[in-house]
Order: sequence, then structure tokens, then C-alpha cells
Amino acid sequence: MSEPVKRKGFKTNKMMKDIMARHFYDLDAAAKSGSPKIAWCTSVGPAELLRGMGFLVYFPENHGAMLGATRMASDYIPVANAEGYSPDICSYLTSDVGAFLKGETPLTRAYQIESVPRPDVLVYNTNQCRDVKDWFQWYGRRFDVPCEGVVTHREVGDVEDHHVQSVAEQIRELIPTLESVSGEKFDMGRFKEAVRLSKECTDLWKAVLQTASAKPSPLTFFDATIVMGPAVVARGTQEAVDYYKELLAELNERIEEGIGAVEEEQHRVYWEGMPIWGKLKNLSELFLRLKTCVVASTYCNSWIFDAFDADHPFESMARAYIELFIVRDEAFKEKYIKECQDTFKFDGIVFHDAKTCPNNSNNRYGMPQRLQSKLHIPTITINGDLNDLRMYSEEQTVTNIEAFIEQLDESK
Amino acid sequence: MRTDLFGGIDIGASNTKTVLLDAQKNILAFDVRRSGHDFTSTSHEAWRSVVNQAGLGAETMAAIVSTGYGRRNVEFARENKTEISCHAKGCYHYFPRAITIVDIGGQDNKIIKLDDRGARLSFKMNRKCAAGTGAFLEEMAYRLDLPLEELNDYARRATDEITLGSYCTVFSATEVLEKIRAGCPVADIVKGLFRSVVKRVLEMDTLTEHVVLTGGVAAHNSILQEIFEEEIGHEALLPPYPQLTGALGAALFAMDLG
Repeated sequence: MSEPVKRKGFKTNKMMKDIMARHFYDLDAAAKSGSPKIAWCTSVGPAELLRGMGFLVYFPENHGAMLGATRMASDYIPVANAEGYSPDICSYLTSDVGAFLKGETPLTRAYQIESVPRPDVLVYNTNQCRDVKDWFQWYGRRFDVPCEGVVTHREVGDVEDHHVQSVAEQIRELIPTLESVSGEKFDMGRFKEAVRLSKECTDLWKAVLQTASAKPSPLTFFDATIVMGPAVVARGTQEAVDYYKELLAELNERIEEGIGAVEEEQHRVYWEGMPIWGKLKNLSELFLRLKTCVVASTYCNSWIFDAFDADHPFESMARAYIELFIVRDEAFKEKYIKECQDTFKFDGIVFHDAKTCPNNSNNRYGMPQRLQSKLHIPTITINGDLNDLRMYSEEQTVTNIEAFIEQLDESK
Repeated sequence: MRTDLFGGIDIGASNTKTVLLDAQKNILAFDVRRSGHDFTSTSHEAWRSVVNQAGLGAETMAAIVSTGYGRRNVEFARENKTEISCHAKGCYHYFPRAITIVDIGGQDNKIIKLDDRGARLSFKMNRKCAAGTGAFLEEMAYRLDLPLEELNDYARRATDEITLGSYCTVFSATEVLEKIRAGCPVADIVKGLFRSVVKRVLEMDTLTEHVVLTGGVAAHNSILQEIFEEEIGHEALLPPYPQLTGALGAALFAMDLG
């Protein structure tokens, strides 16, 4: 057996880790002191409004990913299942609720923090799925705090003004509740500043991901799932902006020096669907061994919000959060992946069919077959899940991926 | 090291298949044995068996490629390849045209499409579910208290056939128990099991004009080919050694290594 090939780390990793640590320490301190107030927000929810109104923002999906990555999720999902939450629904939800019921969190091991921060308000956006609403409502009942949200259209083709107006209005309607929870009046200037910083952060995040268009790519999907932390939890802050400037410089340095994230990069593929958090290391090493760079993904691109505009904060936020891939119809999604292929020049697509995440599993309505014939590249579907490793077969996945790369070898 | 001999070892979930080829691609010897729990020693024993059968010394070595679940456990293989690539190569050796290969194994099924040059167009493996695999038949044989190797004969004695609706092996077992309770003849139940295997496989992918059946389940159960042909409405090709195509493909890859 050959030795596993290790992922190359980044010099800026410490900066990223510091941001993540500070994020959780600040939340923990606020939860203990009662100030500032804490808002829980879905990962592509209206975080800028919350930040602009003085809340510290906590993202349960980030916690869900931590539960997955630490493989603690497997212990907690059954707890939520027993409470009536089906094993077929979002395993972020079930692992997070299960962990809460058991009074445990990966924050303890990582940061010596006893528990997730108590929310003062919960704010969701159903642009991803309905599960986030059920998830947040569970906590709303548990903590007896307000749970408000935005209901976004689904299967959107072109984003029309009526979509934008509807969502912008819903975002505005959150303000009275948020004012009553925070005790502070809404301040347009502060809100605009949060949108401006988010825009700067997201532009940098996009530039970071775009570096993978270089050959060899300085970055893999697996790297991106790690370094995306600040783009999720700290967008709207200056420190996230500073971090991505540094990371971008480091990646550009790699490009200039011809350093690839994968030694002797032979193949480039696209990852469609959720990460398999508990298997990131194994899969990352598998692709490294196969000299294949997963250069781009729908998932990591989901935190690119081109539309943000501080001069029109409500409408631009609404548009940005509707324009996301997950909200769109099949025709848009296919066009989007085609454009990604033009940029990243990949030779194949890996579809991850995540058992508990239908909205992020785009293989289920014939898209792999359609893209295969449109883009003239092969696709493979692997079965798994974001967090529930009961749905995952390591051996079968490895064989599928190896066979796929052999197919790419044959076609070279 | 003999440079005129080529070996392929396919360590599958249930059985290990080994093929020894000469430079003219003739099969000099082959071996099929249970994979057991120690794939490394199984691979040694299997190799010794084929070289003995070929009248060669037990220490004879050649270029060898391994495949199957245990492919990385074959210490003396020069390279390993997935069973998808090896089945494709082995089948194309016998049927050099555009084909769809349907491999029904003990643990998983594969559908592999090749173009007329033998280049792979696509492949699919079953999801992590026993439906339609040899494992399904093993479980049902156990439930019916029948030897696995007699299922084919039972199915041939059927005068009718039960229909199983479930996807899941456990639910199918419940259906089978219901049929037993209702007094259905065992032969009719067994034929229904084979039909269920074929239906699960056909749900995996579309087929092209020429279909090749491989794998141990097809090798040992001729009824499967007949039911398969009934379902697709035309002939399904069977290579001379349906269980060996993976090992044969591996040996052909070994030949390519030079």
C-alpha cells in the first residue's frame, strides 16, 4: 500500500483559524454576558442585516459541518431520529438537534466552549430548503425566542423584479422584530457598511476560487471547503476581507511559481453537491493520489454574491440571495456548470447524491446525462451524505472514483 | 519472472478469480475460490494454483494486474485496476463491438457501456443496497433454507412465478415469507427472485443494442440469462467464462504493461 499523499497547507491558515476562533469566543462571551445580542442565521440568510443591527451572528450550518467533519454527527443523528426527525431529512438538522439534546458540541474540543451560544432571535431564509425553517423553529420553541424568516421562490429561471421586491420586502419586515430584540433602532448607515464589507469579502472569495482556473490549480475543492469558513461566518467584517486579501496573494504566488495543489496534476474535475464532511480527508488524499484536482464546485461557489450593492442594500441582498444556484431552475443550473467548465477547464464531473439533501443533489432529474452529452465529458454519481455516514460506503466510493479517473486516463 | 505469461487476479467480495494467459491470449489456467478474510494469502494460493495447473513451478512469476475489492492486497501485482476497467477489457476481448456490459456480482452490480473501439462511455454501480446482487440471492436462499447452488434448478421447475414488489432485501424477505405462508410452491418463489434481480439491474441504466452478461450470478444460473432476454426482448451475450472476465481483463492489462 502506498503512503497517503498529504494536502498542502497554506501559510495563511493561522489567520483563518484565528478568525474562526475569535468568532466562537466572541459568541460565547456574548451568550454569557447577554451583550451584544445573538442572532442565529442560515448560511445564506440575511446576515448583513443582522450584523448591521449590531447582532453577533451564529450559523448553525457551520456547526453542522463541524459535527460532520469531526464525525460526531453519527452519534447525534439517531438521537434526533428518536425524537421524530426522520433519517431522510437534512442531517445537519438531525446532527445539530441531536447534539443539542445530548448537551455536546465540537466547540468544546476545538475551543473549550461548553455549548452553542444561546440565541436571542433566529432568522432563516428558505432559499436553500425548507429544512432550515423547521430546524430554526425547533430552537425557537426550545429557547422561546422569536424565529423569523424569508421565504424565497424556488426553481427560479431569470431573476425578475417581482422576485427581488418580494424578498426585499420580507427582509425589511424583519426589522421591527430585530429592533425589539436588540433594543436598538435600525441604522441605515451601519447596514450599508455591513453590505459593503460583505461585497468586498465575496469579491475576494470569488477571486480566490477563480485562481483554480490556473493550470496547475493552486487550490482544490477540499482546500476551499476549509478556507471558506470566514466567507460564511465572518462576511460583513473587516477581518474576513483582510484574510482573503492575504490568501489571494498566497494563491497568486503559487500560480507564479507554478505550484499546484496536486502534484503532477493530470486531471481536473468539478464537484457537484455537498461535501461529505466526515470523509474530506480521505477523499482529498484519494484525489491527490490519483493526480486529480477537484478544481471547482457548486458548493463553494454558493458564497459568491455578485449582486451586493451598498447603495441598494435591501434589493441587492434580495437579488444576491435569489441568484444562488440552489434557488434556480434546471436550465440555469446546466448553463452555470457549462460556464464553470469554460473557466476551469475540467474533464469530468462528480455528482454527489447526498441522501438527506435533495436540494443539493442535482443528479436526480437527469442532469448528469444531459451535461454529459452537452459538455462531452463523463460524469459519475457517488452516493453518500453531508453528515450521515450510514449512507456512505467507502469502498464503493473509492472504486467508483478510481474507475472514473481510469476512464479519464483512457480518454487522454 | 516469465515475460511470456500474464496474470490477472480479481479478488471479489465473494470469490477470487485468477487467470493465466500466454502471449497469444490463450487461457492456460484459471482458478475460482472463496475470497475469505485474508485476501493476501488467498491471492498467493490462487496464483500457485494456476501455475501448478499450467505445469509450471510453484515459484513462477509473471506480469500480474490485480482487480476487485481486494486489489490492493495482492502484494505481487505490478499494478491494480478497478474491476470496471477490467470487466470492460475482458468483455471487449470476446465481443469487439459497441456493448453494454451487465455484471452481476456478489456484492455489487455494474453496467458499463463501451463504444465500438472498446473505449468506455459510462459506467454505473448499484447504490449501496443489496437489491439485484448475488447477496440478495444468498439472503433469500438462507430464508428459504435452500442451497444457493440449487436455486437455478428450483427456478427451472417453476410452473408459475411470484412477483416481488419491494426494492429492499429485507422487505423482499417479508414478501417471500408471505408467499410461503400462502402456500406458493418454492420453485415459483425462486423464479420470482431471479426476476427481481433482473428488474433491479435494469433500473440502473439504459442498455444499448448488444448486451453482455458477466459475473458469478450469471455464470452459475442459466435461468438468469433467459429471464434477462425476456425482459429486454432480445439476445444477451454470455462470454465463455462469465465469472472470469474481470480477471481476464486484468491479465490483458498485464500484457499491455509489456
